[in-house]
Amino acid sequence: MHLPIQHVFLKLAAIIQPWAAGLCILCFLFGLPIALLFSPPDYQQGDTVRIMYIHVPAAWMGLFCYGVMAAGSASYLIWRHPVANMVAKASAPIGAMFTALCLLTGMLWGEPMWGTPWVWDARLTSMLVLFFLYLGYMALGDAFDSPEQGDKAAAILALVGSVNLPIIKFSVDWWNSLHQPSIFSMAGVSVDTAMLPPLFLMVGAFQLYYVVVVLMRVRAQVLTAKIRAARLMRAA
Amino acid sequence: MNTFFILVGRDLRLSVRHRADTVMVAGFFAITVILFPFGIGPEPGVLERVGAGILWVTALLASLLSLDHLFSDDEQDGALDLLLTSPAAPTVVVAAKIIAHWLTTGLPLTLLAPVLGITLQMPSSSAAPMMTALLIGTPTLSLIGAVGAALTLGARRRGILMPLVVLPLYIPILIFGVGAIDTTGMGFDAGGLFAVLGGFLLIAAALCPWAAAAALKIASE
Repeated sequence: MHLPIQHVFLKLAAIIQPWAAGLCILCFLFGLPIALLFSPPDYQQGDTVRIMYIHVPAAWMGLFCYGVMAAGSASYLIWRHPVANMVAKASAPIGAMFTALCLLTGMLWGEPMWGTPWVWDARLTSMLVLFFLYLGYMALGDAFDSPEQGDKAAAILALVGSVNLPIIKFSVDWWNSLHQPSIFSMAGVSVDTAMLPPLFLMVGAFQLYYVVVVLMRVRAQVLTAKIRAARLMRAA
Repeated sequence: MNTFFILVGRDLRLSVRHRADTVMVAGFFAITVILFPFGIGPEPGVLERVGAGILWVTALLASLLSLDHLFSDDEQDGALDLLLTSPAAPTVVVAAKIIAHWLTTGLPLTLLAPVLGITLQMPSSSAAPMMTALLIGTPTLSLIGAVGAALTLGARRRGILMPLVVLPLYIPILIFGVGAIDTTGMGFDAGGLFAVLGGFLLIAAALCPWAAAAALKIASE
């Protein structure tokens, strides 16, 4: 057990966490009213477009969390970095939650706009696969008597599943699907610029929320490991 | 290379002597496919339309079932530890077991599929694309499945865990496998879809033996 590196982490986390939490609350305080009340309605979709301010950041976070999970798992397997694995483990439930939020808001938006909450096209399907990958990762990590073996098996699964990330990202460009292509492309931005500030505020809010929660979860993991080590010391 | 063929031969011999395992997978495939006409109803148009999907989903499940004893038999009698400590590279051991697994499950399923297609009232012209799609697709199932089987080795509630780990990774093959058969059936050129299936096979062949070998190493620690 490399306690020093975890001490460094605890100290850093204690500094970062209040700032991230404060900024997160600020982003939500400004972002939510602007996105849901004051931003202009879409010329075709009307007020339904406001779902986008939740849906798009949630989708990005769903992918982002998996990216963190894969990177953390890789550094755990290669360098045996204990905190990297804890970050990967802490990101999984958050990522699963964001992916579920993305799918749900997408269904709520699809019902009035596409006329159906669900279509089996590439992006929706790959996002659903991402959700199942999160579930598989969490289930596999918990399935072993030795926690270390579970961690390592889950880390390999995270790396294998990361093949899915580029498929999700490029699915709407590669396949002609019902889902809109990304509003950001090489040709510029394809939405009204008045919609960008609330979108970025919401992205910032979600990102900071992730930072706060992941730090909380990793701190809890570090402390649990310390308690277990102390108990073992006493028992020995 | 020699080790590779010896290992494939060993696994094939084992499965010939435990004939029940191989026959059971084919039997599961056949009986599950035959359930669908009862469940959906025997109207020719309907069955013909969903036939490719039924065959693929059932092949997927049959392959999943057979993964259970891909490594666990060898793990229980200690052979796996010996194989991993032998001078042969772990990836070679894994690759040999994957090939043997495909020869005893994927290949029989591919050969059985056209016959079952007839019971689903699929036109005889669909036999060739169906077998081609299964021939390219089922090795990928064995490759991905081997990673799942190696990862879940020694896990609690393995039977429930394996589908959760493996099936999400099977979905792309299902999509393109069914797409290739249906597109050919509608009279279009499905060359691109077959090429994508081939691409999946190549990617899986390049990555899966390493992932499975790493997982086995963790399981045997």
